[in-house]
Amino acid sequence: MSVRIGVAIFPGSNRDVDAVNALTLAGAEPVELWHERADLDGVAGVVIPGGFAYGDYLRAGVIARFSPIMRAVAAFAAEGGLVLGICNGFQVLTEAHLLPGALLRNRGLRFVSRFVEIRPERLDTPFTLALPDGRPLRVPVAHGEGCFYADEPDLDRLERDGQVLFRYVDDAGRAAAPGSRANPNGSLRSIAGVLNAGGNVAGLMPHPETASEAILGSADGLGVIRSLVESAARRQGSGTPVEVGAR
Amino acid sequence: MTAPAPPEAPVEPPHRRLGLTDEELEAIRDRLGGREPNPLELAMFSVMWSEHCSYKSSRPLLRTLPTGGPDVVAGPGENAGVISIGDGLAVAFKIESHNHPSAVEPYQGAATGVGGILRDIFTMGARPIAILDALRFGDPGDARTRHLVDGVVRGVGGYGNCVGVPTVGGELVFDPSYQANPLVNVMAIGILEERHLTLARAPTPGNLVVLFGSATGRDGIGGASVLASATFADSDPSKRPSVQVGDPFAEKLLIEASLELIETGLVEGLQDLGAGGITCGTSETADRAGTGMLVDLDAIPRREPGMEPFEVMISESQERMVAIVRPERAAAVRAVCERWGLPVAVIGRVTDDGHLVVVEGGLGSDGRPLAGAHELARIPAAALTSDAIVHHRLATPPARRRPAPAPGEPEEPAERLPERGMDPGAVLLALVGSPDLSSRRWVHEQYDSHVRADTVVGPGHGAAVLRIKGTTKGLVATADGQAGVSRFDPYLGAAMSVAEATRNVVVTGARPLGVTDCLNYGDPTRPEAFWQLAEAVRGLGDACRALGLPVTGGNVSLYNESPTGAIAPTPEVGVVGLLADVERRVGPAFVTEGDSVLLVGEASPGLAGSAYAALAGLDADDRPPALDLDRERRLQAFALEAIDRGLVASAQDVAGGGLAVALAEAAIWSGIGARLRLGIRSSPAVELFGESPSRVVLSSTPRHAPALELLARQHGLPVEALGVVGGDRLAIELTGEGATGAAEERGSRVADAVDVPIADLAHAWDHGLARALGEEG
Repeated sequence: MSVRIGVAIFPGSNRDVDAVNALTLAGAEPVELWHERADLDGVAGVVIPGGFAYGDYLRAGVIARFSPIMRAVAAFAAEGGLVLGICNGFQVLTEAHLLPGALLRNRGLRFVSRFVEIRPERLDTPFTLALPDGRPLRVPVAHGEGCFYADEPDLDRLERDGQVLFRYVDDAGRAAAPGSRANPNGSLRSIAGVLNAGGNVAGLMPHPETASEAILGSADGLGVIRSLVESAARRQGSGTPVEVGAR
Repeated sequence: MTAPAPPEAPVEPPHRRLGLTDEELEAIRDRLGGREPNPLELAMFSVMWSEHCSYKSSRPLLRTLPTGGPDVVAGPGENAGVISIGDGLAVAFKIESHNHPSAVEPYQGAATGVGGILRDIFTMGARPIAILDALRFGDPGDARTRHLVDGVVRGVGGYGNCVGVPTVGGELVFDPSYQANPLVNVMAIGILEERHLTLARAPTPGNLVVLFGSATGRDGIGGASVLASATFADSDPSKRPSVQVGDPFAEKLLIEASLELIETGLVEGLQDLGAGGITCGTSETADRAGTGMLVDLDAIPRREPGMEPFEVMISESQERMVAIVRPERAAAVRAVCERWGLPVAVIGRVTDDGHLVVVEGGLGSDGRPLAGAHELARIPAAALTSDAIVHHRLATPPARRRPAPAPGEPEEPAERLPERGMDPGAVLLALVGSPDLSSRRWVHEQYDSHVRADTVVGPGHGAAVLRIKGTTKGLVATADGQAGVSRFDPYLGAAMSVAEATRNVVVTGARPLGVTDCLNYGDPTRPEAFWQLAEAVRGLGDACRALGLPVTGGNVSLYNESPTGAIAPTPEVGVVGLLADVERRVGPAFVTEGDSVLLVGEASPGLAGSAYAALAGLDADDRPPALDLDRERRLQAFALEAIDRGLVASAQDVAGGGLAVALAEAAIWSGIGARLRLGIRSSPAVELFGESPSRVVLSSTPRHAPALELLARQHGLPVEALGVVGGDRLAIELTGEGATGAAEERGSRVADAVDVPIADLAHAWDHGLARALGEEG
């Protein structure tokens, strides 16, 4: 029996379609979780997908954190449950303080949609363990507010505690500085994705769930989704959280 | 009875202030059995008899277009054309303009243009899966143009990105004629299960009329009549309240709620409210079903108190739908709308008397007006829609024109072409980096082109390709418009637009399904402008008949004029094609070093309307190239057969910038060059940069090249082996009489050859647009 992974659906979610597609390809059974539900229907992991949760006219993700489903997600995360936020999902998780940092307007002040390269900084997390190696992944971004920001001490702490999960890299595989084309939004320290301190909640701006099939230009992202599915299955099987804490 | 007119009318009579002529007022009285319309009725007529809603000038022309076909499920007259693609699925698609709103308020104008065309798609029961935008502006170096480009691109992106429909293609063209009157044409495509096809009809008296979506406000009052149906001076602030304001989040909710209502079988008919607002949505659905409708004005949710009845009835507030619902299903419909957080109200009933009746004071549970309620308007539904006035306008060709020669007519010698001293390599670099032909990356990187995980080929490299989940099939889409040629010959320009758009689809291996057209022309009361429109429709029809394609819908935008003049007549043609196996699609880029390069079809003289002519400044002296529709048909049949037989590695349409630009793109996009020889029969300019139609560049493995050449000849097509793919330069040696002879006669020291590094071409192509717009140094 395949593992059940929830996909939180806000009225303005739009990459829920992509998440469901990728979860299915990764062998999971996607379970749509409507934003008004206060429970997670017993799923083994949750994806908060991309989109514009409640329109996001004020600021991305700012209203979604107050939804019933997000209260349930917070409780799930507190118990070590696996949560992956993608794009708007990442924004929602930072607004909900389930992940560190903040996502500011893109440095170029324009929406950015294109393929970028991101390098996994760790392969021992529930979100990267199925990746074959540390080779950069080719995945699309599509956002207007994706500039990762935290103050310097916090950035140092994130680096030290192994909470930087993905970085934007250039053609040569070097971390892409803010202002370079390979860093699409001006993220500090080239950060494309982060982990929480417990290692069970992750967020990233690019879309691994969209880059899940070769016909769509890249299947590199499927490894991230497959990691989540395998980790959730393991956690469900053992009944205990996967050991992933900070290193 | 006619009252004697006062000698000097101090104020314009109300009908004229609403844009209706005296003749039209007379026709309205006639439709009302001789009585005078009251102010509300007059306002309702004014929007419904606007050019935008009634097609009163273009309808006689549009009737001549071919619209049928074995796979056509819904054609013109519905919100969007629908064509069956097998497996119980169908594709809905349509293109529409939002030109005047975008000139006044570029962000909202473009955003609501996207919203409107998406509603046309999901109203049919189709899930929107792709957007294409065809944009035209004036000089890219001009500050106002840059403001418009910026606003329109942000508007298209802001809306499409939020609703989660990928923008996968389109075009962006600059020409001085669009300086004060930019064109914003947006095409949308959707997929539906055929059994869910929903029509904009109000059948069966007794059914309820349910309004859902945003509340009705004072925005967009007279959008159709004031903005879309008259010429105007740009930046007239008094027009700004006529522009609607878009709310893409509301649209997202509307999409989901509408599709849920359709998929659960809760609605009998569905219509979006766009131009003409509630008046249009109610009268059209009633007229199509041969019924009438009773509307309870008080039941319509408002954004603000104190709205006049006419404001409520003609407001073009965005993101609203009208559903026709059986009374016993009303509660279920309400539940779906409320789940999506959408205001919903029963605003009336379907009746059997053929009239649209508006009452104030409420309806009882039996659907009849309550005691004390009174009628505000009573108009035959047909009078507002199918029986609206039709104008047979005068069409007069301009005094001076140089039509293209008919196929087979002897060609004029082309030695007048001023190519003296021109280095073809430098010309190629200039064209590849020009504002019209360079990469559109600056635009499409602001559009989410991947959302929904169906985008196989996104914007920037020929036609867009989308896979259809759950099948092996793919859809291919493009939008192309030939304004350059239309300026010289509107018939030819429209026919060429069809040829180019279909060819773009065919070179992927997809079979074109049908055509949607957006006709952007001038003031139809000007005989010369109306002649352009008439010629365009004739060209569109002839091309579609020759290629065996139906025109399943579209839109006509007239009055594209400003105090500085009319736009170049612009036919924008959208085509959707079907790939039986999306994995077997062919792209435009070269694939493998050592592959053979072939040109199928041959150049014909005539450079007018081409990018080269614009660069060289020769528009006034030349004529456009000829189009032989039978050859175009054979070329497309050949390309489909060649791809189907697996003979083709890459296929590229020859269009803007001519053969040299087509080859340059194939090289830039692959990063592989080519070593080629081109026989010159007429002149290097014509052969390299001319834009004569019915040509494709193919590459194939050498062992398939003979079969390809044979197949081309079997289709009666000229074919020339140009050389091989390889290296890091694009090298084209020009041979034959036309080449050496011309060069010697000119006394030119420039070799008749192109030899340019791919890196230089790629750099010019990458940065041309952003540079022209001042977005990079």
